[in-house]
Amino acid sequence: MDKATRIAVALAALLAGSDVFSATSIELESAENDVGDVSSLQRGARNFMNYCSGCHSAKYVRFNSMADDLQLSEDQLIENLMFNAERTFETIQANMAADDAARWFGQPPPDMSLMARARTTDYTFNFLKGFYLDPDSPTGVDNRVLPGTSMPHVLWELQGFQTGVFTEDANGTSVFGHFETRTSGSMSPGEFDSFVRDTVNFLEYISEPIASTRRAMGVWVLIFLAFFWVIASLLKKEIWKDVS
Amino acid sequence: MARIESEIGVPKGGFMKWIDDRFPLTETMQYHITQYYASKNFNWWYLFGVLAMVVLMIQLFTGIFLTMNYKPSADEAFASVEYIMRDVEWGWLIRYMHSTGASFFFIVVYLHMFRAMLYGSYKKPRELIWIIGMMIFFALFAEAFSGYLLPWGQMSYWGAQVIISLFGAIPAIGETLVEYIRGDYSISDITLNRFFALHVILIPIALIALVFVHIVALHHVGSNNPDGVEIKDHKGPDGIPLDGVAFHPYHTTKDLVGIIVFLMLFCAVVFFAPDMGGYFLEHANFEAANTMATPEHIAPVWYFTPFYAILRAVPDKLWGAILMASAVLLPLFLPWLDRSRVRSIRYRGWIYRLALTLFVISFATLGWLGMQPVDSIYVIMSRIFSVVYFGFFLLMPYYTAIDKTKPVPDRVVYHG
Repeated sequence: MDKATRIAVALAALLAGSDVFSATSIELESAENDVGDVSSLQRGARNFMNYCSGCHSAKYVRFNSMADDLQLSEDQLIENLMFNAERTFETIQANMAADDAARWFGQPPPDMSLMARARTTDYTFNFLKGFYLDPDSPTGVDNRVLPGTSMPHVLWELQGFQTGVFTEDANGTSVFGHFETRTSGSMSPGEFDSFVRDTVNFLEYISEPIASTRRAMGVWVLIFLAFFWVIASLLKKEIWKDVS
Repeated sequence: MARIESEIGVPKGGFMKWIDDRFPLTETMQYHITQYYASKNFNWWYLFGVLAMVVLMIQLFTGIFLTMNYKPSADEAFASVEYIMRDVEWGWLIRYMHSTGASFFFIVVYLHMFRAMLYGSYKKPRELIWIIGMMIFFALFAEAFSGYLLPWGQMSYWGAQVIISLFGAIPAIGETLVEYIRGDYSISDITLNRFFALHVILIPIALIALVFVHIVALHHVGSNNPDGVEIKDHKGPDGIPLDGVAFHPYHTTKDLVGIIVFLMLFCAVVFFAPDMGGYFLEHANFEAANTMATPEHIAPVWYFTPFYAILRAVPDKLWGAILMASAVLLPLFLPWLDRSRVRSIRYRGWIYRLALTLFVISFATLGWLGMQPVDSIYVIMSRIFSVVYFGFFLLMPYYTAIDKTKPVPDRVVYHG
């Protein structure tokens, strides 16, 4: 594009509020999760504790407040989710020591408390679905949304392995095309999608546990203010009726 | 017109007399509230002053409660904010009110300043009100900047790193000055501690003092109005401006309606979109500060971005910083740059209307550009709109002098 065209495109983008020149625009599939869906969150919590919490902590999340929000009894919580915690007010810690993890993977696995907020839920959804075979990588896989990640394909038993098909654009940069299944896992693609959706739904929930409450509360706050507005408007009208 | 206000607060002996003999309570109430007369034809642009006061109160009160649980230490700051968000009862509400309040403070203050530009509120005899107002604006910048470091997220850390390093561009003393501001060789626990001190003590005290002086100056000369005429020029036999109504109960009840509408917008953000899609709370700031990893894209919060775009429009760091500082300081001189005989845009000609429109477009576009990654095309656009921004101020003495004005009415226009 010549300069004039690029200015025109940039101005159009400005009006449309989008960002055409963003250097890191990776197309993300929408997670289509719903943090209001408690049974999805329960499944997500189970997935997280079984597949993630071995390496990843969620150090700001307390078991007991999580159980309250997910409508789980204390017995259900202790039996199904608290593998390495003694008391319900503890927070979710990784099973693996951070030092060991750093030695094995090059860097300690990040805490998951705020991941969905820092990177967006769609990002985590695409990340978990984005592992593909790469013989050059020490873990045997690379990731579409986070190239060079040190995380191995933890969910391979469920998803199987896939290869990535890349094309080159005009500038010679490689652009992701699609995935092709190499070996299938124990889940169908649809089942795996819902598994990941539940998991990232849980990640979104722990990134801001109050979110559902605050939205529900906000409706009442606005109704109250609307009512207050009517009263205040009547008062103003009454006071101002003699101003001409 | 019934003068309800003159019956309010008349000392009748007893307790009030006892007070008034020792402190001018009734007199002060009358001077500032029940017998302060402002034009009856205020439109909604005149709400932003009182709204700024409302946001200031929100920030002061929520700030006090945040301080009770926040820990100003590099090791604990980020975790203490999450503790407030998750474990402190109603902590999330207090924190969202404070973070949303920061952005709303700037929305309200920018619109308040724009109101002054629409109706020439900075013109004689209100130059000092404008200058004090600009000082409030500078204090607000300092308050927002120091406050943004406190959550100790990635953007807090790297944003502060970039902005403080600007002082390093000053010849000779630059690097020493930067170390002096940081108190260390990089942003550290020491910087966080001193920014906390500035954010919760020094700047709030300065803000409150400046707001007080702003209002004292305003009540001394009287408020302007959308017609830009002096209501004090036409007084009734009782010495009260014919077009004025008392602040209380008239403007207070009118303002209350506006305050509620404002609170509805404010609460809509607090309860339904506290991040505002990453504009009010940036995504990267949900990661704790990491001195080893620079985020790929560092941008200040939206209210700083118009000036940040001007900084980046210049390839030279020192000149960029000088231009940015000039862009912030230039509005100070508006009372003397504006040579128009009339105050209000209602009676100005097409030249000023066009200039003001271009100014608004350039300011908004610069704000957008300041959020974008560095790209040659954005740099060119930033330069174009920076020229428009500076042109608005620097050419003002010429275009306002030749602009054809319309006759100004004697009294304010009011349609019941």
